[in-house]
Amino acid sequence: MSDSTTHAAHLQHHFADAEQQRESAKLGMWVFLLTEILLFGGLFCAYTIYRAWYPDMFLNAHKALDVTMGGINTVVLITSSVTMALAIRYMQQDRRKQTIAMLSTTLVLAGVFLVIKYFEYMHKIHLGQLPGKYYTFTGIEGSNPHIFFSVYFLMTGLHGFHVIGGMGAIAWLLAKTRKGQFSSAYYTPIEMVGLYWHLVDMIWIFLFPLLYLIG
Amino acid sequence: MSARPAEHTTHITPLRVYLGIGATLLFLTGLTVWVSTIPLGEWNVIVALAIATVKASLVAFFFMHLYYDNKLYFLVFTAGILFLALFIGFTMVDTMRRDDLDPEVGKPIRDQAAMYDSLAAQPAMHGEHEGEPAAGQTDSSATPDSAAMHADSTAVPASGH
Amino acid sequence: MAENVLPEHNYLKEPKGLKSWLLTVDHKRIGILYLIGISVAFLLGGVFALLIRLELLSPGATIMTADTYNKLFTLHGTVMIFLFIIPSIPAALGNFVLPLMIGAKDVAFPRLNLLSWYIYVIGTCIALTSIVLGGVDTGWTFYTPYSTQTTTQVISMTFGAFVLGFSSIFTGLNFIVTVHKLRAPGMTWFKMPLMVWALYATAIIQVLATPILGITLVLLILERLFAIGIFDPAMGGDPVLYQHFFWFYSHPAVYIMILPGMGIISELISTFSRKTIFGYRPIAFSSVAIALIGFLVWGHHMFVSGQSEVAAMVFSALTFFVAIPSAIKVFNWLTTLYKGQISFETPMLYALWFLCTFTIGGLTGLFLGTLSVDVHLHDTYFVVAHFHYVMVGGTVMALFGGLHYWWPKMFGRMYNETWGRISAVIIFVGFNLTFFPQFIMGSQGMPRRYFDYVPEYHSMHMASTVGSWVMAVGVIIMLHYLLSSLRKGEIAGNNPWGALSLEWTTTSPPSPHNFDEQPVITHGPHDYDKVIVERTIPPR
Repeated sequence: MSDSTTHAAHLQHHFADAEQQRESAKLGMWVFLLTEILLFGGLFCAYTIYRAWYPDMFLNAHKALDVTMGGINTVVLITSSVTMALAIRYMQQDRRKQTIAMLSTTLVLAGVFLVIKYFEYMHKIHLGQLPGKYYTFTGIEGSNPHIFFSVYFLMTGLHGFHVIGGMGAIAWLLAKTRKGQFSSAYYTPIEMVGLYWHLVDMIWIFLFPLLYLIG
Repeated sequence: MSARPAEHTTHITPLRVYLGIGATLLFLTGLTVWVSTIPLGEWNVIVALAIATVKASLVAFFFMHLYYDNKLYFLVFTAGILFLALFIGFTMVDTMRRDDLDPEVGKPIRDQAAMYDSLAAQPAMHGEHEGEPAAGQTDSSATPDSAAMHADSTAVPASGH
Repeated sequence: MAENVLPEHNYLKEPKGLKSWLLTVDHKRIGILYLIGISVAFLLGGVFALLIRLELLSPGATIMTADTYNKLFTLHGTVMIFLFIIPSIPAALGNFVLPLMIGAKDVAFPRLNLLSWYIYVIGTCIALTSIVLGGVDTGWTFYTPYSTQTTTQVISMTFGAFVLGFSSIFTGLNFIVTVHKLRAPGMTWFKMPLMVWALYATAIIQVLATPILGITLVLLILERLFAIGIFDPAMGGDPVLYQHFFWFYSHPAVYIMILPGMGIISELISTFSRKTIFGYRPIAFSSVAIALIGFLVWGHHMFVSGQSEVAAMVFSALTFFVAIPSAIKVFNWLTTLYKGQISFETPMLYALWFLCTFTIGGLTGLFLGTLSVDVHLHDTYFVVAHFHYVMVGGTVMALFGGLHYWWPKMFGRMYNETWGRISAVIIFVGFNLTFFPQFIMGSQGMPRRYFDYVPEYHSMHMASTVGSWVMAVGVIIMLHYLLSSLRKGEIAGNNPWGALSLEWTTTSPPSPHNFDEQPVITHGPHDYDKVIVERTIPPR
């Protein structure tokens, strides 16, 4: 069952066997995801503090966000997580064509996410709902509404940045899958990018209610 | 360690699990949107975060395989959440309790940043903002001490621990 | 006994050529590359320190303006912390010895290791650009709102630090996976040398804390560029929030600095008293405990910043807690020394200095952690003396000790032992002369980061400056005999010290793939009472 050529070609010399290599990769990726959790965590902390200090302003300011677009984006990302998981599953079964289809779908969905975000951002730029000193919108009650938008742009911006990075990684996976460099014996990179992608989805799962659904 | 065949350690999650979890996530998304439209006061945040936690857990356990994998990865993941919680928690013990001994210290000296003074002077340029009152209604008045603006800052001690 | 030639098949010679070094994935070579980097950084930071002390030789302007002085202490801090001390032991020594100590062929991700070195170089270049363009004058802590308003090169320096953070994260990530997954068969967790435990605990801090530094610096840069308002009070932000963000990383960072040093001390004390380390498990667990509890005390840097009183009390109490695992280590080391066969060779001298100076540094940390006392001591020279006693009297002493200890393993040659001892004594005397007066000055009220001072402090400052010269002499001597040993040093052989951890079972220098055969673990790493191994170099 195991394809010994892909298996041996990818076994690096300092590992005793493929399993040690795969487990190391997995642990390494989880530790990396840990650092990402802490990175975003700083922004979640800023959000928490400022929301606690300006609860009414946050309530008013968040109404400027479009729940529909945010909701669609949530659906898009969740679906892309499903397709990413399926991509791995198909490669576990050596079904290369389906893997490519799933990876491509994930990539497209990620693109859709960014397009929707683009429209959201453009709308805010048009209205002057910008971070910090660039804030010129006058329709929101409360103290310092620019803080909400600073937090909004920081959190969604950093998240979007990670979506772009993820798209690059998925495109790289697509190229390698097309060349036949993965099989049921070796698909670790797809699995690792998958873990990263699910984290990106997970962060949005928290961003969406905290920013869009304050209530 | 001798090499073992790949299938020995790989668990292939059934398709129905992925699709089922996916459907559950979409359902929970709809649920959280719906709940946010019901005014529950403080509970809105708690319910929203609870639903988000359930969603995140589903992604972590099933899409990211933590349910099937070695507990070490779960430990790594949880450690991140834990330390983040410590960071936010301890910081809030400071930020929310600044006014314990001196209420003056609990809120900023100015309720509104200086830039709003010049903003208020501008005519309303932006028409559409979902039913919000027109520009003149904003609180960016020249006097920082106006009563209306204490709504935010006095809320601070009340929402403290 | 010692041979008279270096082993043919060694990592320094194979593969050949500059390109093979710049594209190496051999952890030993990467360790050497880092060693060069941190040495340059240490010398640069040291020059800044000497200039600072020269300015403070007498009150008023001595050789520079106040603005230049502000820049110098900032640059001394940023260079020493971000370019030197944080990478120093883990990336230079740790990279070299960790895989050897656990019987592995390399770290888990060799290419990531090389990448982390290049990121270190790039970050260093960015930081140097900041210096060349005029430097920063905010202090290495970059406190807002001054750092968002000053016209000095804050963005390039903080961006450099941001990039360097990734280097640290990748090193930590690599070490965690290496320790979990690449131990040789039979190398259980409790057969690992204590150096490995220390590096592992350090790696945990590196991956948990550094991302927060990353986001903090990004926020600071954005605050400067776009006035987002998070940390600026004029924009409704909170400058104390910046301090929370900053110190959430920077306090655990000091444990990144000291823990690997403690690992080295465990190795040195055990080897040079030829005695099993007393309390292996307490020392191992205390490393992890320091790493974890170290995350809970950051507010002790902010007692007088406007933090809430209840938070200050909580942080103060936890600060007392974090001293306990460190104390456990010191007691265990002392007990190891007791009735040991102590040999006062250079590495051991540094270990003994460490015990004296680190203890002083650690205890004075407790004084500072006491709320009421800190109100008087905060921002005085007492703080400066405290952290130099733990960072220089602690980490740098341990670094020098470890450098001398593993020097024969890394390069196959012994340094001149006589000069080693002379230099160690000079450095110890110079260090104490530099920094002990600062405790006194600080307790009498001399503020830190001050360009000028009242005449009452003149004699203390003079003593401190003279001390800095003595230390510099010691370091220069050390550099000289270490570098000349590369050509002329006595051939060391596999095990010049008769030590028991795995790196000493292979050749000096080791071959590119470390071990010719997979090592078999038959005893613990510090079991001097059970195993006797001959030294290839007799004791001096």
